[in-house]
Amino acid sequence: MNMNRRQFFKVCSAGLGGSSIALMGFSPTAALAEVRTFKLARATETRNTCPYCSVACGVILYSMGDKAKNAKSRIIHIEGDPDNPVNRGSLCPKGAGLLDMVHSPKRLMHPEVREAGSTEWKRLSWDDALTRIAKLMKEDRDANFIAKNTAGDTVNRWMTMGLLASSASNNEGGYLTHKVFRNLGILSLDTQARI
Amino acid sequence: MTNHWVDIKNADLVIIMGGNAAEAHVCGFKWVVEAKEKRGAKLVVVDPRFNRSAAVSDYYAPIRSGTDIAFLGGVINFLVTNDKIHHDYVKNYTDSTFLVHEGFSFEDGIFSGYNAEKRSYDKSTWNYQLGADGYVLTDPTMESPNCVFQQMKKHYSRYTPDVVSNITGTPKDRFLHICEMIAATAAANKTMTILYALGWTQHSVGSQNIRTMAMIQLLLGNMGMAGGGINALRGHSNVQGITDMCLLTTNLPGYMTLPNEKEQDFTAYLAKRSPKPLRPNQMSYWQNYPKFHVSLMKAWYGKAATKENNFCFDWLPKFDKGYDVLHMFERMHNGQMNGFIAQGFNPLAAVPNTKKVADALAQLKFLVVIDPLATDTSEFWRPAGEFNEVDPAKVQTTVFRLPAACFAEEEGSYTNSGRVLQWHWKSADPIGESKSDGDIVASLFVKLRELYAKDGGAFPEPILNLNWAYKHADEPSPEELAKEFNGKALVDLVDPKDPTKVLVKAGEQVPSFAFLRDDGSTSCGNWLYSGSWTQAGNMMARRDTSDPSGLGQTLNWGFAWPVNRRILYNRASADLAGKPWDKSRTVIAWDGQKWGGNDVPDFKGNEPPENGMGPFIMNPEGVARLFALGRMAEGPFSEHYEPFESPLEVNPMHPNNPLARTNPAARVFKGDMEQFGTAKDFPYVATTYRLAEHYHFWTKNVPLNAIVQPEQFVEIGEELAKEKGIVAGDKVVVRSNRGKIKAVAVVTKRIRGLDVAGKKVHTIGIPLHWGFVGVAKPGYLTNKLTPYVGDANVQTPEFKAFLVNIEKA
Repeated sequence: MNMNRRQFFKVCSAGLGGSSIALMGFSPTAALAEVRTFKLARATETRNTCPYCSVACGVILYSMGDKAKNAKSRIIHIEGDPDNPVNRGSLCPKGAGLLDMVHSPKRLMHPEVREAGSTEWKRLSWDDALTRIAKLMKEDRDANFIAKNTAGDTVNRWMTMGLLASSASNNEGGYLTHKVFRNLGILSLDTQARI
Repeated sequence: MTNHWVDIKNADLVIIMGGNAAEAHVCGFKWVVEAKEKRGAKLVVVDPRFNRSAAVSDYYAPIRSGTDIAFLGGVINFLVTNDKIHHDYVKNYTDSTFLVHEGFSFEDGIFSGYNAEKRSYDKSTWNYQLGADGYVLTDPTMESPNCVFQQMKKHYSRYTPDVVSNITGTPKDRFLHICEMIAATAAANKTMTILYALGWTQHSVGSQNIRTMAMIQLLLGNMGMAGGGINALRGHSNVQGITDMCLLTTNLPGYMTLPNEKEQDFTAYLAKRSPKPLRPNQMSYWQNYPKFHVSLMKAWYGKAATKENNFCFDWLPKFDKGYDVLHMFERMHNGQMNGFIAQGFNPLAAVPNTKKVADALAQLKFLVVIDPLATDTSEFWRPAGEFNEVDPAKVQTTVFRLPAACFAEEEGSYTNSGRVLQWHWKSADPIGESKSDGDIVASLFVKLRELYAKDGGAFPEPILNLNWAYKHADEPSPEELAKEFNGKALVDLVDPKDPTKVLVKAGEQVPSFAFLRDDGSTSCGNWLYSGSWTQAGNMMARRDTSDPSGLGQTLNWGFAWPVNRRILYNRASADLAGKPWDKSRTVIAWDGQKWGGNDVPDFKGNEPPENGMGPFIMNPEGVARLFALGRMAEGPFSEHYEPFESPLEVNPMHPNNPLARTNPAARVFKGDMEQFGTAKDFPYVATTYRLAEHYHFWTKNVPLNAIVQPEQFVEIGEELAKEKGIVAGDKVVVRSNRGKIKAVAVVTKRIRGLDVAGKKVHTIGIPLHWGFVGVAKPGYLTNKLTPYVGDANVQTPEFKAFLVNIEKA
């Protein structure tokens, strides 16, 4: 019999319901009660990768919502991907708690600023935050950009600005980060790999 | 990793040293268990602590932290003295027969060319002898005292078992037993794999730790073999990918290098990076550097990059020196930086000497933190009692915090430790107003570009001309970016041998980096990743688990760099005639016409073995280097140097030469040397480590992890606990010369005092997962204790061996 994962859950939950009902003395056709359907059976499965260590275990994310335009998805469960050749469905104590990372109370929800000398965060719109940062960067770059060194050689570097890049970014984001910040003339560009 | 996770199952012997895979790489460790179960492989663990890997090992030996080179140097001496090497491999696949420059010398811990004032070497004698034809002179008998093999033999002959045991504290019988287990894999059909992690890298001699083991693997003939190799178990799930993208101070994507400021001439810049072969008929693959470099410039600058303007060579920043993490914070501390962006990086927690880092951040005009979670760095200005003592009114830094999406809320590729790129898909929209890292960078760039277009400013050319042909300028899709770094043809690429034949049509994705050109007719953002998104589609998204060889290669699962090769240097898995050393684990073989088998050959596909091309095609020699030439900062061979904070007053290898006490080529900034403590005040060795239940500084923000490991602790042995009157559960204060932490004492049998150079040396283990931001109990950042010094080659901080004192709180 060919069954995919979802059909397997459906069969299991239906079987469980049927047998309990039979135990209670009802005939299946006259069922008055039914156990709740296994929630994962109607969840959307998405293949992903654990973001923690470099084993990079395959994970399956289960979300409610069918990815229709106006249906907001919410991730309700995460487990190991049995197809992944490395972890073959298993997860460690870190990976097993991934759902709590996605929904951590310490997730940042919107851009904010802590002004010089202040004791609190103030909420900003994306546009205000990026405009302020871009202006600060441009002002500093224009003031401190070094086109030629003391020997008169072309160096085109900006020494008063630095960036430490994420090792949790995907390759695409990492590539873009290098492309953008190198071309501003930044040499103080480094990453977690150093540590 | 030169090999990959599943390949560990093919090993006969697994060594874990400088790592703790059972705890820190839990699901990868299952392949060690598989090797034990299915092959009868043995597991050896060498570590200061009897850790969770040791708990399931066949043999364990303790070692004093920071003395791995003495241990491994002793292994080399054992192998050479007892003639336990793979002779054919060593003779033909390494530089053992090459003659070394006659001026090369080593005296009392210092190699030829040392400048004590500059703490660096003139490396001109760290070279081979060259003949008039430009090729290296060799002695195939390996008897000349100047050949690499004899030089190596002489160098490591000093590391006798007694010397090793005296320095490392490893009991001599345990050391010799491990030597014998290792030596058994010198047989052509036996392999050993080494799994290491930060326990080897986070030392002032980190690179040489790894290099010494690489030499051992070459002497045993284990490089290129299934179940062999040198396997770095890396940190983050995409730290390998970000390393390959080379977000490193003086690099360009794909391990290319920026020009230094003296390199003003484009042709000379390319020539220097395209070395001619050093032996007849060798490939010297880096000769293709110009193709990769010009294709990158075309990916970045599009039509603006022309042959006439040297493909915008002058637009790249040119460096005077490297600005790695430590150098960056040194300059910030000195007030030489105004702005700083921390993207998914928590330097206040991750960089040594927390006080110095906090003082540095307070000197900035603005700090931008991009992260999915609240980090300690973003709140460095916020008082948190004893855990973060600061007066916010005095911190004049403006701090912006931008919310990033997490892995589950975006799509893209991660490269695992085994170099396999795997695509992942988005499950839900980013939480709140968060955006992916790529979208944040793109939106910021678009703002900057608008400002430069409107108002002009300093050197606007690379900003205004940066190739930005994305459908949505603020949100380049991962697909567009992945296609960009794979590379494409900009015009029809014709076969040079038959101009009527079009190999790749204009606008199409190239199948691999072999199709890249140096004339501006191709673009490619990272040559190493070429082949990951071809005309046939997204190779990283492949999910075929079939494994016909049974070796676990799964060639149609994801995409491995380079060109989907799973085991690097695999030509060396076969003998001179092209027959596998071990037929039962064939990686590739020569069939009389071509190379093929169970992997993508790391070799020219139709090169007959009798032509003598060597298996290490990236080296101009064609063979692997036992002698590192000038590639290492502190010497072509490794030498034991004490950690910068050592319980010993002298280096037992060189008791009368203070210059050789610690790594003579390591960089120490002014002021940091004075902050090193001595054994008089800080008698115990401290080493930081990680727990299975936590991930770096992330999971202190995650309720489940905070429940299973809620509170900061330090681990000490029973003997030391008794001496200090500490019982399990006591609060203790651990101090270094830079700061202190308070934590609960966990007293175990896992760490024991070692007999080293006539004294008892105790070690204190310090897990590092706590801080003053999170849902776990607040704790101290452990880097309040650590010294501000790094490895001499790559500047990875010395977190694994420093000095502390401990007392009841």
